[in-house]
Amino acid sequence: MKEAGVKAWLPSLLRLVLVVLLIAFVTNPGWFEPLLKPLTENNAPAIYNQGSLLTLTLLHLRTVLIATVAATIVAVALAILVTRPAGVEFLPLSRSLVNIGQTFPPVAVLALAVPAVGFGEKPTLIALFLYGLLPIFENALTGLTTLPANVVEAARGAGMTGWQRLVKIELPLSAPIILGGIRLSVVISLATATIGSTVAARTLGEVIIAGLLSNNLAFVLQGGLIVAALAVLIYDGLSAIERYTARRMGQETA
Amino acid sequence: MIEIEGITKRYDATTVVDDVSMLIEPRTIAVIVGTSGSGKTTLLRMINRLVEPTSGVIRLDGADNRSLPGYQLRRSIGYAIQGHGLFPHRTVAQNIGTVPVLLGWEAARIKRRVDELMTLYQLDPQAFGPRYPHELSGGQQQRVGVARALAAEPNVLLMDEPFGALDPIIRNKAQEDLLAIQKRFGTTIILVTHDMEEAVHMGDKIAVMDAGKLVQYAKPAEILAKPASAFVETLVGASEKPFRLLSLGRVRDAVETGAAEGEAIPDDASQRDALAELLWSGRPALPVKGADGRPLGRVTVDGLVKRAARPA
Repeated sequence: MKEAGVKAWLPSLLRLVLVVLLIAFVTNPGWFEPLLKPLTENNAPAIYNQGSLLTLTLLHLRTVLIATVAATIVAVALAILVTRPAGVEFLPLSRSLVNIGQTFPPVAVLALAVPAVGFGEKPTLIALFLYGLLPIFENALTGLTTLPANVVEAARGAGMTGWQRLVKIELPLSAPIILGGIRLSVVISLATATIGSTVAARTLGEVIIAGLLSNNLAFVLQGGLIVAALAVLIYDGLSAIERYTARRMGQETA
Repeated sequence: MIEIEGITKRYDATTVVDDVSMLIEPRTIAVIVGTSGSGKTTLLRMINRLVEPTSGVIRLDGADNRSLPGYQLRRSIGYAIQGHGLFPHRTVAQNIGTVPVLLGWEAARIKRRVDELMTLYQLDPQAFGPRYPHELSGGQQQRVGVARALAAEPNVLLMDEPFGALDPIIRNKAQEDLLAIQKRFGTTIILVTHDMEEAVHMGDKIAVMDAGKLVQYAKPAEILAKPASAFVETLVGASEKPFRLLSLGRVRDAVETGAAEGEAIPDDASQRDALAELLWSGRPALPVKGADGRPLGRVTVDGLVKRAARPA
């Protein structure tokens, strides 16, 4: 019994440790200097010294958040449109558009976007937005088309209008699946956002790129680790929300 | 009163419902029976316009059912389906209150009505109201489904195999509950089933459908006695006919004067149950008691067997 109790607590404990380490690192990176020092050569700095890690982390998160919110709104709206009787004919078109967004490499989007919108955060936002559409759109589509038939039938039979069915029944019931899509999209965007720094977006990519340019392994590692820690924690958090929503919607979760 | 006049539904070349006309008296139960694909569900769904007919008219209390927008019409007609179709993300009380909320009733009135229906269906409003459908048993879910259909006090209740997913014991109980509630509210019920037993038990009139056509529409006794076609005969089940006929009658109508030994049978039991009891216990006669326990006479094997014979 005792052993099982420890096992159940272990993941939460690890998460807590990770959160504490992450916050400590971005607020007081100096504490970790001795750990990273061996990775540097020629007395190079072990901690990124061209800007605050905390600011970069927050800017990184902001970029991902804006791109994901925009992608969610567009992808869910599109999925709603093509699952209405009037919009069914747009399904193949929307699918191809969203697929192009996914297959077009973000680097290429950056290269094309910079002449149009200039350097900085904007081209990164465009690339992340396009890249994030597909998982959300496909999941929203799955959610809205695999609702239990007799529940939808009952909603219609009770006299709900199309809008009432969408808002009261269809969206709440597909929320867990849509959230799953958002989770995938966020994690992809967190990693992809780093390349935004090649076009002067202020993200954690700055640290990695600085490390690559000056052959400083410590920079590369700290940039990469912060992004990885963010991804793990956010993935975990969103999974928990997803499970909670699924339970609230009366669905069994494994 | 529901008048169905020359209703036809075609999907491309297939005719699903073919020129069906029938009249359903107010405060009665009409059962539509047929095999799968006979068009019985489509016919039912055309009454609340979940399906729009290709041609023909359906009138509810004299008014064409197309005189209102479909969703408004459906708020005034109860609708219960197989597998209940409860909203899994809403509590039992919210589920039952669905149509009253759509109709914009006041919160207090909705709560009163929901509590009344839950009590009627032996679900304690305090205990079950805040629960979610997946926390209930199959029988309880089914009762909530019917309660939801009745919530806005509709004059007409449409039911599509509402008891299909229930085991035989709960099913019997659900049928009895529905009969009691139909008497209490005087609701006109149209019930679709593929089960002739259920049809005979529940229906004031039975409509038999085959390949989209209405083959026979008559009182249960007449369907049993004079099936209009070989198809109806098969559906009734030749070997079951005498027993189904008996199941229509109550013991009180078969009482003879005289006395008999043994435990008495209540006068509102079906004649079929009385015959079964007689055959099983090997006795020639059973005493009959009224609701107040007073002895009324007896039923005999001979008397019941005569009643099971083909009516002249």
